[in-house]
Amino acid sequence: MSAPVNTRYLFDKPIVTRRNLLSTAAGAATLVAATPALAVLEIDITRGNIDPLPIAVTDLFSDDSSAAIRGNEISSVVAADLERSGLFRPLRKETFIQKPEEMQPRPRFVDWRTINAQALVTGRSSLGEDGLMRVEFRLWDVFAEQQMTGLVFTSAPESWRRVSHLIADQIYERLTGEKGYFDTRIVYVSERGRPNDRKKRLAIMDQDGANHTYLTDESFLVLTPRFSPTSQEITYLSYEHNQARVYIYNIDTGQRELLGDFPGMSYAPRFHPDGRQVIITVSESGNSDIYTMNLQTREMSPNLTENSALDTSPSYSPDGDYIAFTSDRGGSPQIYTMKANGKEQRRISFDPDPDQRRNSSYSTPVWSPRGDLIAFTKQYKRLFAIGVMRADGSDERILATTTEPGKGLIEGPTWAPNGRVLMYFSKEPTTNLGGGDVFLRSVDLTGHNDRLVETPYLGSDPAWSPPL
Amino acid sequence: MRSSYSETKGSQMRQSLIWSAIVLLLVSACETVPEETVEAEAGGAAIANQLPAVNVTPQPVTPVQVAPDPNVPKPLARETEEFFVVEVGDRIFFDLNSSDINERAQETLNRQAEWLREYPNVNITIEGHTDERGTREYNLGLGDRRANSVLAYLVALGVDQERLSTISWGKEKPAALGSNQTAWALNRRAVTTITDGAPAN
Repeated sequence: MSAPVNTRYLFDKPIVTRRNLLSTAAGAATLVAATPALAVLEIDITRGNIDPLPIAVTDLFSDDSSAAIRGNEISSVVAADLERSGLFRPLRKETFIQKPEEMQPRPRFVDWRTINAQALVTGRSSLGEDGLMRVEFRLWDVFAEQQMTGLVFTSAPESWRRVSHLIADQIYERLTGEKGYFDTRIVYVSERGRPNDRKKRLAIMDQDGANHTYLTDESFLVLTPRFSPTSQEITYLSYEHNQARVYIYNIDTGQRELLGDFPGMSYAPRFHPDGRQVIITVSESGNSDIYTMNLQTREMSPNLTENSALDTSPSYSPDGDYIAFTSDRGGSPQIYTMKANGKEQRRISFDPDPDQRRNSSYSTPVWSPRGDLIAFTKQYKRLFAIGVMRADGSDERILATTTEPGKGLIEGPTWAPNGRVLMYFSKEPTTNLGGGDVFLRSVDLTGHNDRLVETPYLGSDPAWSPPL
Repeated sequence: MRSSYSETKGSQMRQSLIWSAIVLLLVSACETVPEETVEAEAGGAAIANQLPAVNVTPQPVTPVQVAPDPNVPKPLARETEEFFVVEVGDRIFFDLNSSDINERAQETLNRQAEWLREYPNVNITIEGHTDERGTREYNLGLGDRRANSVLAYLVALGVDQERLSTISWGKEKPAALGSNQTAWALNRRAVTTITDGAPAN
């Protein structure tokens, strides 16, 4: 049986540490006797096209029937999260031999090896007299017959979805070494209607599509929403009063507030990592430059860019020291970085193919939450692509592209908080009959697991929240 | 042959005679010219010799009043919004990634400026648009550049800046659907829209 077990080191953690940890738990004898299939249960998520790990996610056991129902729902959400990551293959419940109640205190591992599960998730849920829900889960290494991790969550019963996502995060983290990203939300622009008159409104949902809500109505155009890293707020562009302006929307209260009243257009807003400033583009007499605004005092910085070129789409590095942005000062849109005070502006986007360089353009830079990479939209050879590069422009890698030159496009990447998964949106070609439908998509940093993100209608401009 | 025709009864007879004389002269001239022409062309076939003699008697030409065709629309009144859109031209087009106003666009904007100077109570918004082939934010900026390019041109031609505002829609409001050069060219545009001050037709 081929196993996605990989005894090489995880992304940037030395293997020695991990192996020692596990050998302490499992006992040296187990490891010595291990065949390759019984070695350390890990997933190396940098390898890309691996076989997803077969995992059995069982319903949570419960004494109480209503809690048992919840237990089934929790395990379904957990299994769906894991499957969506592309790294796991949850096995079908009909194949399970043991029932939840039979697995206390330990599962009978031979039953699970029989169906080729490598990892197993069990648990129990209960409702306390205080009205709170307790959910306990355990992750088992089936072949080593050892518990890998176990936690108890206490919460209000209504928060069961969040508990599910936190469990999925734990499983993901334990097996990959990376933080999970399932306890997050997506804000995006929901679109519907005739292709040349689309109605657009802000919408928010859990990353698995649940709890979907609209934040604005369709009476005015809205674009490019972004989350605050520290508060329940979103900044976005709105044409609410027939002018293009930046607003802040409070998710809890539903209140929205104009951010600065400029004579010209203001757009492309993002938060500073400390959540206390917003960086925006202001256009005066047709010339776009980048400014920051202090949210407390509403004071504007002097313009960070100062030229007749179009400078926009600024994005901070996670430490707040640098800004990546788009500028066409060289003749076509390219990505530049500068220090947060505007100094040391330098271009970083250069097509690795020198023959293509003159015809390639780059825009929508977004700094990874890990600080190591900048994602972007690239246009070249009449195609569109989503890619990443290092902060100095090196190691450019394309993650997704359109396939028909001149037809359709993809753009606008956003990072999951763990810096390992991205979302973007695609637009189908338009014809004189219509078309041009837009969809959200997600893809791994490896370029694999490129898949549709389901939304009630069409969707564009996704932005990933920080962990909740 | 039409010409103004004196209706005075007294001169009618004399006019007829004069016309007859003129026509006969012309007819005889016509009869001779083809012969000469044919001979001059050589080749022999004297087709002209076979032309029948034409005896044309001029008939009086009665002027007829043609009633106005109800299907032809009335001409647009100059001060109306429709006149501006149809006769002056409400939009200009740009080259890819450019906000330069080319010659053809200048002609349209010259007419717009002239009309706007003639009707000083009209206020306008200049919309800037792009085709779909750039990213959303960059195209917002490019549309804004285009709208302001038009604004500057109109102001330079004497239109009061107080009457003008701009808005960029980037690539969000295409005029033409289609992922092809024709549609893209139609979408790279600046549209001058009247916000108030001009009546409907």
